[in-house]
Amino acid sequence: MTTPSPDVPPVARLDEVSVQYGDQAALRDVAATFPPGAVGLLGPNGAGKSTLLKALLGFVTPTAGRMQVLGLDVAASPMQIRARLGYMPESDGHVPGMNAVSFVAYCGQLAGLPRSDAMQRAHEVLYYVGLGEARYRNLETYSTGMKQRIKLAQALVHDPDLLFLDEPTNGMDPKGRDEMLALVRDLATRKGVNLILSSHLLPDVEATCAQVIVLYRGAVAAQGAIADLKTGRREVFELRVKGDAGAFIRGLEADGVECRGSGEEVMRVFVKPGQGPRDLFAAAVRHRVQVRHLRPSVPTLEDVFAEAVGEE
Amino acid sequence: MPIHDQSYRRYAGPRNEPGSAWLVIAAAGIRTLLGRKLFLAVMLAAWGQFFVRAVMFYLSANFPTLNVLAPSVETFRQFFDIQEIFVLFVTVYVGSGLIANDRRSNALQIYLSKPLSRVEYVAGKLGILAFFLLMVTLVPALALLLLEAMFSASLAFLLDNLFLVPAIALYALMEVSLASFTMLALSSLSTSARYTAMLYAGALFFTAAVFGILRGATASSMLAWLSLRANVEQIGDVIFRLPPRFESPWPASALVVLLLIGLSALVLERRVRGVEVVT
Repeated sequence: MTTPSPDVPPVARLDEVSVQYGDQAALRDVAATFPPGAVGLLGPNGAGKSTLLKALLGFVTPTAGRMQVLGLDVAASPMQIRARLGYMPESDGHVPGMNAVSFVAYCGQLAGLPRSDAMQRAHEVLYYVGLGEARYRNLETYSTGMKQRIKLAQALVHDPDLLFLDEPTNGMDPKGRDEMLALVRDLATRKGVNLILSSHLLPDVEATCAQVIVLYRGAVAAQGAIADLKTGRREVFELRVKGDAGAFIRGLEADGVECRGSGEEVMRVFVKPGQGPRDLFAAAVRHRVQVRHLRPSVPTLEDVFAEAVGEE
Repeated sequence: MPIHDQSYRRYAGPRNEPGSAWLVIAAAGIRTLLGRKLFLAVMLAAWGQFFVRAVMFYLSANFPTLNVLAPSVETFRQFFDIQEIFVLFVTVYVGSGLIANDRRSNALQIYLSKPLSRVEYVAGKLGILAFFLLMVTLVPALALLLLEAMFSASLAFLLDNLFLVPAIALYALMEVSLASFTMLALSSLSTSARYTAMLYAGALFFTAAVFGILRGATASSMLAWLSLRANVEQIGDVIFRLPPRFESPWPASALVVLLLIGLSALVLERRVRGVEVVT
C-alpha cells in the first residue's frame, strides 16, 4: 500500500455535494478527493457511505454540487463512467434463475463485452474469487460468503478501472473475511485496479487501503493518507491503574490529557506535546492510584476515526 | 495458500458501445424461456388455431365444394379474437416476473450499475414479452395470409383486401403494446410474480365484469370503454373495417388504451431505479 503522488489525477472527486432524501440530508456539502489506489470510505452506519457511492454511480441526483469519476462528469457522462466502473453492492443481488457462470457472463455482456469474451472472462474471474468449483451451481443455493464473492466477480468481469466495494465482508465468517480482504489487497496492489472500499469496519479499511475518507452524519470528518492521519498526533500510552480510576481520569483530563476507556481495563491516554510518562506517574501519585500497566503505543485508525467523529 | 490464483488478467479485447444492452437482456430472457418445456407447450397450443386455419384454407382452395371454408376479412378478425386467451396466458407466464423477480433479488442495482439506462432495461424486458406475444399474434396471422396466397395460387384475395396487412400489423402492435406495458408496470410494483399475475388477470376480469353488469342494467354497451378487453375488441373492429361490436365511440376506447400505456410508462419511470428511496 503506497501513497499516490499528488500529481496523479484523482479517480473520483466531489465538490460540495449534497444529497437529500425528503427532509433527510444524506450528504451535506461533501468535498472529497479519491486518489488512485485503494481508498477506504469509513464511517458508522448511516454516515452516508452508500449514498455517496450511489451518487457517484448516478443512482441518486445531488441537490447541489458536482462530481467527477475517472475525469468524467457524473451528470454528463454516466454511461461512459459505468462502462469503466465495477460496483459490488452492499445487499445481496443476482439475476434469478441463473448459475454463477451464466450470471457473471451476462453481466459482462451488459457491460459491453462480446458474448464469447464475456463467457471466458466469467470463468477466469470466478476462479479468481474462489468460486471455480461452484460456478455451475444456481445462485439461489449459494451461502452468504459465496454471494459476496459472486458480487465481486460480476463487478470485475468487464475489467473495470475503478471498483466500488460496499461493505464487501458483510456476513462473512473470519476466514472468508480474511480471504476477501486478501482479494481486495491483491486487486489494488498487484492488478492495478483502483478501488473505493466502503466499510464501517476499521480493520477492513486499515488492512486494504492506503488512503481513507471518514464520513460522519453525511459530512467528511477527515481525509488523507492513513499513515499521515496517524502521525503528527499526540503521543499515546496504554495505561491501567488500580484505585479510584474515575478521579484519576478526571484529574488527567483537567491537565489536558485525553483518556479513552473506563480505567477498569487498559485505557488509551493521549498526552499533550511536552508531556510524557513522568506526568502520568505524577498524576497517579497525586490521585493515590497504582500504575499497573504503562506502555507507549501508536495511534491507530480507530483513534483517527474516534477523533474525527468526536466519539470516545 | 491464498484461495485465489493469479489468473486474473486485464482485458484488452473489444467492447460494444453503450446502447445495445437491451438486446442482451431480451436475448437472454428469450433463451431462458425457450428452455422451459411447459412454456413451449403453451406456445405450441397457441399455434393450434394457425394449423386448423391452414387446413381450412387448403381445403377451400383445392375442393370447391368446401368453399364455405374460404377466408374472409372476418376470418382474420376471428383469428385474433380466439388468440386472446393465448395472449393472456403468454402475458401472465412471461411478463409477471420480468421486473418483480429482479426487484425481489435486488438485481436492479446490478443492472443499472452497468452502462445501461433505465429505458434500455425496460426496452429489454419489453422485448422479451413483445417477442412472444408477436409470435402468437402477428406472425401466425401474416403467415396465414401468405398460406392463403400459396394454397390458392393466386394473389386475388390479398389484392382485394390489401388493407389486411397493415390492419393485422396495427392490431397486433396495439394488443401487444397494451399487454406488455400494463403487465410490466404491474410487475414493477411488486416483488412477487404470482401476485402480479393475479393482479393482471384480476384487472381484466374485473373490468369485464363491471362492464357486463352495467350493460345488463342499462341495456346499452355505451360503457364498453370501462372494460380493458372491450376496448381492444372495439378498436380491432374499426381497424379491420368491420361494424363495431359496441355502441360506445371507438375514439373513447383508443383514448383509454393510450392512457393506459402512458400511465404504465409513468409507473415504470418511477419504479425502475437503481436505488429505492423511502422518505
